[in-house]
Amino acid sequence: MEWMVWTTPTAIFFSVIAAMLAGMTAWEVTSPSLERKGFLPIATTRGDRLFIGLLSTAYIHLMVVGFTPLSLWLALGISILWMLILMRWG
Amino acid sequence: MNKVQNNRAWWLILPMLLLVAFSAIIPLMTVVNYSVQDVFDANTRFFTGAEWFKEMLNDPELHAAVLRQFAFSLTVLAIEVPLGIGIALLMPKKGWQASAVLILVTMPLLIPWNVVGSIWQIFTRGDIGLMGWSLRELGYGYNITASPVDAWVTIILMDVWHWTPLIALLCYSGLRSIPDAYYQAARIDRASKWAVFRFIQLPKLTNVLVIGVLLRFMHSFMIYAEPFVLTGGGPGSSTTFLSQSLTTMAIGQQDLGPSAAFSLIYFLIILLVSWVFYTAIMNMQKDNKKEGEA
Amino acid sequence: MTDTIPTTPEAVRKSAAAADARRRRKARPASRQWRRRGLMAAYIVFVLLPIYWLLNMSFQSNTEILGGLTLWPETFTLEHYAKIFTDSNWYMGYVNSITYVLMNMAITIVVALPAAYAFSRYQFIGDKHLFFWLLTNLMAPPAVFLLPYFQLYYTVGLFDTHIAVALAHCLFNIPLAVWILEGFMSGVPKEIDETAFIDGYSFPKFFVKIFIPMISSGIGVTLFFLFMFSWVELLLASTLTATDAQPIASVMTQTKGASGIDWGTLAAAGTLTILPGIVVVYFVRHHIAKGFALGRT
Repeated sequence: MEWMVWTTPTAIFFSVIAAMLAGMTAWEVTSPSLERKGFLPIATTRGDRLFIGLLSTAYIHLMVVGFTPLSLWLALGISILWMLILMRWG
Repeated sequence: MNKVQNNRAWWLILPMLLLVAFSAIIPLMTVVNYSVQDVFDANTRFFTGAEWFKEMLNDPELHAAVLRQFAFSLTVLAIEVPLGIGIALLMPKKGWQASAVLILVTMPLLIPWNVVGSIWQIFTRGDIGLMGWSLRELGYGYNITASPVDAWVTIILMDVWHWTPLIALLCYSGLRSIPDAYYQAARIDRASKWAVFRFIQLPKLTNVLVIGVLLRFMHSFMIYAEPFVLTGGGPGSSTTFLSQSLTTMAIGQQDLGPSAAFSLIYFLIILLVSWVFYTAIMNMQKDNKKEGEA
Repeated sequence: MTDTIPTTPEAVRKSAAAADARRRRKARPASRQWRRRGLMAAYIVFVLLPIYWLLNMSFQSNTEILGGLTLWPETFTLEHYAKIFTDSNWYMGYVNSITYVLMNMAITIVVALPAAYAFSRYQFIGDKHLFFWLLTNLMAPPAVFLLPYFQLYYTVGLFDTHIAVALAHCLFNIPLAVWILEGFMSGVPKEIDETAFIDGYSFPKFFVKIFIPMISSGIGVTLFFLFMFSWVELLLASTLTATDAQPIASVMTQTKGASGIDWGTLAAAGTLTILPGIVVVYFVRHHIAKGFALGRT
């Protein structure tokens, strides 16, 4: 494992992703989700919204890091808010 | 087809999943780890946070490489798709000619990519290459090591030579699946050639074309070996595409951190584009199915 | 148009004119036929010309190549081929390449068949996302994974072995195989599975005895694609090997010597890399017409 040069932040990052996937699976097993149409232009399931959320979150972070002097924590805050909105009304 | 809900299907997936995960997830995690550090070796490394991402996103050379990449991918798609359809329509349908033409047309697809580069290098050199020599004899000062325009045209020509067969074969196979009755009906209606193409052949080709465009987009986006052998990315950096910038940075300069950050940005671009593509295809198929049922 | 024999002069003229028009209408497609053939021939010349040039060079001595442009070998020589077939460094390159390609094909098809079956027959949690994730691997540029691959295979002690390259090529070949096979399998009616299970077949027996023969042309096309993408890939193959499992593509870089490039040997080696491909196409040529649409028409 030494060659993978782990750091604490990336370890936390992957644990969170893994936890999300595990959580979504458990949720899906207990109450299967139905495809529905929210404010997104396509009908989505819960898993689709999670994926869209993660992908757009990645882009939000890139934008903030690359083109603004703002702190990454702000990007994280915006992203979490965006994820919640997306999961609920997307 | 209605599929059965059955979570035990996971057992059938598992071996495949483990293999792909070994090849995909572990390396991807490592790339993420590299991207936030300045790595000299496993014991000498410093945490840099998002510095590399900032640097890469503001690197003018990479911006240029991304733009070149999109320009290249769109150009080859715009040439190869219509040309491939045309060739598929021209290909003989029966007899030994059909087999012979199939084998000849498929040939470029099965040549290793760096050999494709070598073939075109030999073919286009001004002193020993047929094409380079002929163009010079005709009075055109053809030179891919000095003129960016020549280099671009040659690389596009090479890609057309290399990959049009894929589109052609996919379309050929799509055309073969059209029952003869359709053509007979068209003949009775005195439909023009264009009408036959527009209303019988093209709709049948949509599905295979989607596959073709997807495959072609992906491969043109990661093109590496052919231009590397043919032009080495030059003259200057006029034909340096994304994969080559990345490989130079990672292997040539041993800049693990920046190249990892760049890889991730590259990967995110591909992920977005392919997701949009995939969702579009899936929705198209869903609509088709609905129409079929209605 | 009537079948009766014309009696009046007017009617004779009319029927003659009609026959004329018929003949002309028939003649036009014939000229069109020739135009089609001409265009097809032009494209084939375009495909073959660079390959002919490679072949031409491989039969010339280096002095003839550099001495001036000759459209065919004036002094026909096999020295470059002799060099490749007598130098173990060279011919082992071919053996290595073919070895890892075959290994990759075997591994891929074995794990992809059940997976594709699961995707084509069942719905399960995360199926759509899993399928998309697989496809993204098809799109991931090998350049992204180059360094971690080197580290990974070095750490597990597989560096410079055939199996390392075979496993690395699984990254894009397994998703491709699953994708193609899923298309073919979805074309097989599900009633066949159900009938077989009612008849008392166990799943493995049904799969091997009934299902696989039904999609054999799909498997043929899949193997063709697996061969193609593993055979032509260079970046991963040359990064993961040094001497023992070096693919032919990276042996070819040795032709750049101190005294410039050995064009003749490069051309001969290139020519030899085309041959396995031709053999493979020859075997699948009957499946191409139907199978290349990947079961999605």
